[in-house]
Amino acid sequence: MQKSLKKYFWLFLLPTIIAFIIAFLVPFVMGVGLSFTEFTTVTDARFVGLSNYMRVFANSDFLNAFWFTAKFTIVSVLSVNLLAFILALLLTRGLRGTNFFRTAFFMPNLIGGIVLGYIWQLIINGILASQGVDLTYHAQYGFWGLVVLMNWQMIGYMMIIYVAGLQNIPHELHEVAAIDGANGWQTLKSITLPLVMPSITICTFLTLSNSFKMFDQNYALTAGAPGKQTQMLALDIYQTFYGSIGQEGVGQAKAVLFFILVALIALLQMRLTRRREAEI
Amino acid sequence: MSKRKRLINSLLVILLSFLTALFISPIAIVLMNSFKGQFYISAEPFKLPSPDTFVGLQNYISGVQKINFFSALGYSLFITVFSVLAILLFTSMAAWYLVRVQTRATKTLYYLLVFSMIVPFQMVMFTMSKVANVLHLENPVGIVLLYLGFGAGLSVFMFYGFIRSIPLAIEEAAEIDGCTPPQRFFYVIMPILKPIAVTVAVLNAMWIWNDYLLPLLVIGSKYRTIPVAVQYLQGGYGSRDMGALMAMLVLAIVPIILFYAFMQKHIIRGVVAGAVKG
Repeated sequence: MQKSLKKYFWLFLLPTIIAFIIAFLVPFVMGVGLSFTEFTTVTDARFVGLSNYMRVFANSDFLNAFWFTAKFTIVSVLSVNLLAFILALLLTRGLRGTNFFRTAFFMPNLIGGIVLGYIWQLIINGILASQGVDLTYHAQYGFWGLVVLMNWQMIGYMMIIYVAGLQNIPHELHEVAAIDGANGWQTLKSITLPLVMPSITICTFLTLSNSFKMFDQNYALTAGAPGKQTQMLALDIYQTFYGSIGQEGVGQAKAVLFFILVALIALLQMRLTRRREAEI
Repeated sequence: MSKRKRLINSLLVILLSFLTALFISPIAIVLMNSFKGQFYISAEPFKLPSPDTFVGLQNYISGVQKINFFSALGYSLFITVFSVLAILLFTSMAAWYLVRVQTRATKTLYYLLVFSMIVPFQMVMFTMSKVANVLHLENPVGIVLLYLGFGAGLSVFMFYGFIRSIPLAIEEAAEIDGCTPPQRFFYVIMPILKPIAVTVAVLNAMWIWNDYLLPLLVIGSKYRTIPVAVQYLQGGYGSRDMGALMAMLVLAIVPIILFYAFMQKHIIRGVVAGAVKG
């Protein structure tokens, strides 16, 4: 069967291969290569060794963006998952209107980052107006603004995944626990939480990588203001490429470092998921 | 159900209703402000329009003209629909081939595709837009090819996992009946792929419809999709027209809500399935 199929390589594989080479493979290899060169238009690239990587740390932009991103990611992962989990618990009790509530909480997730950014800019500036300031007045405002925005966008999504996880728990387990006299907290700790661990891992990494890679929302809500204090990594890379002159090589070096960080997160996730699957 | 439990449940429903109202309120506030004069928005966004501040549809008219909203809607629709269709057709075909023909070359290709899933867009954004420029892909048709290539990783991965669980016996039967490989794929395999195809379609549609950077960098100077147009309204003019911005935010959200209303079940199911895999 393999043999008869091989003749049709051009039909089944070629379209995807061509698109993949153009949109991913060539740009990726070029990107890695260019990070070791100085260039403005790709064709005038000149090998400069590791100097772009040194220049990444010549000013504190990239490191500041890294710490801002890291703090934002930690706060978002914790708050989104905690709130989403509580909501999921409330929405698996068979309350009236459960479906309506789930639908409503999920909805913000479908709206794009640019639009979300401007919606929250209006709201947060409106609240801050009573103090006579706006979002760009202090980096703290931008930070918490982004956290609120992220929660609004992600809670419904994570809630849906937690709901699916909670519904997979056999009902008998709760009944048995009740007969044994376990109270609500004990049931949650000894039955519910261990059994939804897979959902917790999935949701943690989904929020983690979404927060770490965030661009659109950051760009629309604060664009890094005040100064570059609320600039996350993705936005810093963008500004290095398109917001400054003669920095393309540095931008590409930053992009490679960013890719390595994101890849490390993904590898960590794969290892954790694999190990647990093996245990089951 | 005990009396106490019933009371708690009623209180929870009230709490949830309150939370839902809070959750929806940002959109309601934008909608409300889209009917106010542009100078009454920033200062008092939480006030209802009054006879003094109400401007009817004026913000919508000026916003639609400023960013040429309907052409942006057209480009967004065109790019999303054709990219999703191309991804569905070509990546399912590729995934089937990769499952059925296991050689060193196909395995390498599969691992490269999976690898591309973890590469953030910033890594390739500059070089991709250069490549697109050299190959003259800077138009709504060319960008479909880029979405196919950059979205191939996740989509092939999801189809691949699903196809592996389809018993070979079904295809062998078709082969004995005289089906050629293309007939086997299009008549036998494709109908079986429907559930996973819905998931792949939902995930890609959400990504492409809302995508900002790729269309900005590749076709942004000539063709603006909705997110690019909204950002342009914000950044492209000297003074910022808050009224037009509010109206365009509303128009950007309406198609999404309509789509959600009709496809709700598929969207939620697709998102859950996609999360568990990716």
